[in-house]
Parts: sequence; structure tokens; C-alpha cells
Amino acid sequence: MARLTFKEELCKGCGLCVAACPKHILELSNTHLNQKGYAPVKLMKPEECIGCAACATMCPDCVITVER
Amino acid sequence: MIVFEKPKALADVPFHYCPGCTHGIIHRLVAEAIDELGVEGKTIGIAPVGCSVLAYNYFACDMIEASHGRAPAVATGVKRALPESVVFTYQGDGDLASIGLCETVSTAARGENITVIFINNAIYGMTGGQMAPTSLIGQVTQTSPYGRDPASQGYPIKVCELLATLDAPAYLERVTVNNVKNVRIAKRAIKKAFQNQVEGKGFSLVEVLSTCPTNWGMTPQKALEWIDEAMIPEYPLGVYRDKEA
Repeated sequence: MARLTFKEELCKGCGLCVAACPKHILELSNTHLNQKGYAPVKLMKPEECIGCAACATMCPDCVITVER
Repeated sequence: MIVFEKPKALADVPFHYCPGCTHGIIHRLVAEAIDELGVEGKTIGIAPVGCSVLAYNYFACDMIEASHGRAPAVATGVKRALPESVVFTYQGDGDLASIGLCETVSTAARGENITVIFINNAIYGMTGGQMAPTSLIGQVTQTSPYGRDPASQGYPIKVCELLATLDAPAYLERVTVNNVKNVRIAKRAIKKAFQNQVEGKGFSLVEVLSTCPTNWGMTPQKALEWIDEAMIPEYPLGVYRDKEA
């Protein structure tokens, strides 16, 4: 199973990963902000992640580590 | 097994770039190329003036900060003094295509064995969104509020096409990073530009069409789409010179 880990404090909430995800399972948080004041990305359905790394490929801030 | 993580050639420092700015993606691609070729210990990068002026904080290799536009001249000196090193410059369009155009053309004409990563986002980012030599016809910027008018402001400078008129450059390619497929193509191009230098092939330049969501006045995602809609028709992607092909 694929696993994503997020360095949440680096996230600027740009949403490029959300748009790149082919499974549409990433969202920007609507419940909390990180220290920088941005709404960070979160994985909504971890069990559906296929570990394709499209999100990490488009992330400008190296927030996402992908394991498979 | 980890299939994707921050490359080792990037220092553990957060980027200062605006949200959605593709400088971060391109920094990562350069670092991945350095990692994959195993040359971090002998790589010397030359940082420009512009948004990426702080690139020297982000790359883990040795870095030099050049005066505005002079990165290819500094790179020439470093490479000639230390021929075994791997020397790259990382320059925006204001740095490379405006104030540094002389150094760019002269260095390319001499065929110096260096790698140039050229970030073209059609605007001056750091200074607040003024017109760049690469701004598109009709593009609204702080200094072209009615859109760039060729009658008074001229036409965009196309760096790959310009340098392709010279005999010396070994490799010129224009890529972009506006979707996953294009990021992979860009990575291949950047790695090849470094590989060429290791093999002594000569001057290699990769022009990367990049975004400036803040100064374009768009969301990050819309900015990626604007590359497809507006920039690629003016700046066609592709290989403009590949001496080995």
C-alpha cells in the first residue's frame, strides 16, 4: 500500500498537488492553518492512494514524501 | 520503499517563493540531476539576481552570487579555473535575457562547457511585476498597463531561437513544468544539460517556461493553464540544438 507523509509546515496551500492527483483524494484543510498561516494539504482517503507521486512531482515546496 | 523525497542536493531550508511558484519544482529538478549524476561534491552553482537570488541558500553544493546578469561570465571563470568541476547558472528572464543578454550570448558563442538553467516567466517577479524582455504581446504588467505594444515596446526575445543562430552551443531545449508529464520531460532535459557538461560537450542551456501567479494575478492552477494557453504558442517547446543528435 502507498503511504504519503507531509511536511505540513512547508506547505503553502497552493493546491497544485490537489489538482494533479488522479484519484482526487487530496484537499486543502478547512479546519486548521499551519504556522505560516496557510491551509495545508491533507489526504482524505489514504486507502485509495496509488503512490503515483503526481502530487509530489507538482509540489513546489518538497512537502510530500511517497512510499510504496 | 521511498519512491519520492526531497533530493539530497537541496539543503533543508524552506523556499521563500510565493505559493504555487514553479521555481521550487525547477530547483528540485536541478537537485535531482545533481544527485543522479553523483556530482554534488564538485558542483558549483552561480545564483542570479531576481526572485531566485537566494538560490545559494537552497542548493547544498557550493554557490556563488553573481552581479546582475553576470552569472555566465562568473561561470566561465570558475569552469576555466577548475575544469573538473560541474558549473551551472540558474537565471531568470530579467537576469539572463535583459541585463545579462551580452554575457549570455558571448558565453554561448564561445561554447563554454557550462550548464545554464533559464527560467522564463515573462515578467519581473522580485521587483513587483514589471514588463520583461520576454513579456508577451498584449501582456498587462506594471509598466505596460495597456498591454505590451510592439510599436513602443518591441517584441518578446526568444532566447533559444536567438542562441540557435550561433555555431557553438551544444544543446538548447525549451521545456515547461505545468503538468506532471512536462515536469518529467523537463527533468530529462536538465539532466542531459548536466550530463553534456560532464562529457565535455560544451554549452548547454535549458529554458523552462515558469509561472508567476502573484504578478500574473492568477491562482497557481490558472497560471499553469496560462502557460498552455498563452506562453507555449509564443515560445514553442522543443529541442533547438542537440549536437549529438
